[in-house]
Amino acid sequence: MMQLFDIIASAGLWAAILRIATPLIFGTLGALLCERAGVLNLGIEGIMTFGAMIGWLSVYHGADLWTGLLIAAVAGGVFGLLHASLTVTLGLSQHVSGLGVTLFASSFSYYVFRLIVPLANTPPTIVPFQPIAIPGLSTLPFIGPAFFTQTAPTYLAIMIALLMAYIIFRTPVGLAIRMTGENPHAAEAQGVNPMKVRYGAVIMGSALMGMGGAFLTLSAFNSFFPTMVQGRGWICIALVVFASWRPGRALFGALLFAFFDAFQLRLQTALSGLVPYQLFLMTPYILSIAALAVMARRARVPQALMQPYRRGER
Amino acid sequence: MRFERREHRPLYLLIVTPVIAVIAALALAGILISIAGAPVLDAYWRILTGAFGSRLSATETLTRATPLMLTGLAAAVAFRARLWNIGAEGQFYLGAIAVAAASSKLLGNLPAPILIPLLLLVGAIAGMVLILIPLWLRLRFSVDEVVTSLLLNFIAVLFVSMLIDGVLKDPLAFGWPQSQSVSDHAMLPKLIARSRLHIGFAIAIALAVVVHFVQSRTVFGMQSRAAGLNPGGAVFAGVPLGRTLVKVACLSGGLAGLAGAIEVMGVKGYVTTDLSPGFGYAGIVVAMLANLNPLGVVFAAIFTATMFVGADGMSRGLGIPTYIADVTVALSLLTMLIALFFTQYRIRR
Repeated sequence: MMQLFDIIASAGLWAAILRIATPLIFGTLGALLCERAGVLNLGIEGIMTFGAMIGWLSVYHGADLWTGLLIAAVAGGVFGLLHASLTVTLGLSQHVSGLGVTLFASSFSYYVFRLIVPLANTPPTIVPFQPIAIPGLSTLPFIGPAFFTQTAPTYLAIMIALLMAYIIFRTPVGLAIRMTGENPHAAEAQGVNPMKVRYGAVIMGSALMGMGGAFLTLSAFNSFFPTMVQGRGWICIALVVFASWRPGRALFGALLFAFFDAFQLRLQTALSGLVPYQLFLMTPYILSIAALAVMARRARVPQALMQPYRRGER
Repeated sequence: MRFERREHRPLYLLIVTPVIAVIAALALAGILISIAGAPVLDAYWRILTGAFGSRLSATETLTRATPLMLTGLAAAVAFRARLWNIGAEGQFYLGAIAVAAASSKLLGNLPAPILIPLLLLVGAIAGMVLILIPLWLRLRFSVDEVVTSLLLNFIAVLFVSMLIDGVLKDPLAFGWPQSQSVSDHAMLPKLIARSRLHIGFAIAIALAVVVHFVQSRTVFGMQSRAAGLNPGGAVFAGVPLGRTLVKVACLSGGLAGLAGAIEVMGVKGYVTTDLSPGFGYAGIVVAMLANLNPLGVVFAAIFTATMFVGADGMSRGLGIPTYIADVTVALSLLTMLIALFFTQYRIRR
């Protein structure tokens, strides 16, 4: 019991939470935006991998960190365009297309990385984003290191979450996106072009996914290695359901998830030898499945999710 | 430009489509190869000879194709009923570890003719058990099975890692996390002497034929197809949707579990966490390349295995990353999707 208390009282835990949460916030918001417009984007795992790779590679070749982040976003958007072409224009199965994008984007990332950076014993590194302590607030106990001593992309992620909540629920653009996700036929009757809305949402959402991946190499770590995304994309897909397709709750869900993840990491070291470490590594996935089972019924799924829209066809 | 649904699909189109898709994927991958500064045709020639150039490489390719056929069948039967089983990778590992556990802890002393079928059954059942979790969540809580079956892959691999680090650890493996070996008489007989090609290859082909028969000639096949095409209509027509999905899931998970069992008993003899280089995920591509046709799965699996086995030699010879094989396979999934679209629609101006 004392050990548990020690872990919760440690400042390191609280500082780690937002760092762990940031890629999840980007990814969950990205997936949420796509799904609000009615398109499931299972390409997320691959798009994050590609974002991580291309962001790192740009900085390694002399771009500054913000340019690297931007390039990752653009690359994500390009994969979004691919997914949208397959699912929106051609109306193909969103599941299969998304898996195809994931398989392609991740193997393509490894290919490009290996082509440009030959095998070496120590992977080459870059200088990543440094934490920015916000004067005054950063000295608060627990809250200070958690929320006010982070790198710039983390602050950006939180701002994007709030901005997206505003756009989706308070602006005409948001209304068009929600209508397209609920009933594209009705949206079209109101003068909205569901095809354009879906393309826009999938491209922007995928750009966010690319940035989430880039956070891993440009801020959390300073190098790229294969399989570094480690299933974070799939967790984001689960978090969207947990968040009931609401950006504010997505932020909360990502933070809650990151809390458990940071906690299990520390518990793992505290209890090493007593309990197999694999049990701890399983908890994020088990938690995701549990969250899905609890939330799926209560959540209001966008009604037209996964339904292709073709003009004049029902 | 608009698309118009075809009234009927000509047979030649269904046969030509996968070929065109593969050629398109190879052309796109060719661009990546030439960017890497290697001669494209030479690269493909090396892949082909690397996979089929000698007796050894040809049997190696067919050995590699065996688990892909089974995971491909697993995906094909599930996808046809619109059960999105993305969990073949986890089911594969659970089948493999169940065989290792049963052989070393319980059944190891039985004679081979009883032991081998029994172990194959154990592997299949392990795969079934794992897929029933996402199915239960879907039927009970209406949770989409894509994410749950996928998350279970991570859990299954960690579970296997825990067992081979703990109760099933081989004490003779110099501290490496590796399961105890299955007994010698649990190993599948070789199909061709002095090669690794084992009888699992024949089993996989036989199962493809059986699944094809079940899908095209039985009530269950008809029901599973109806469940996929139009669930609402199927219920209206008296198809027991839940029960059909349970059967489909058991078939799919069983095939994936069997793939793991056969890989252990045919090739490795023990389980490690790198037993599968993504057989479960590649199975999805194989199924799509085959247009979910069980007999097509055999050819699609051999194509995929050719890429993977052949790319190794090509990579060493020309200095191109082996990931080009994964890229080509993923590209062929995407081109196949587009090609399939044009078997269903035509362009109208």
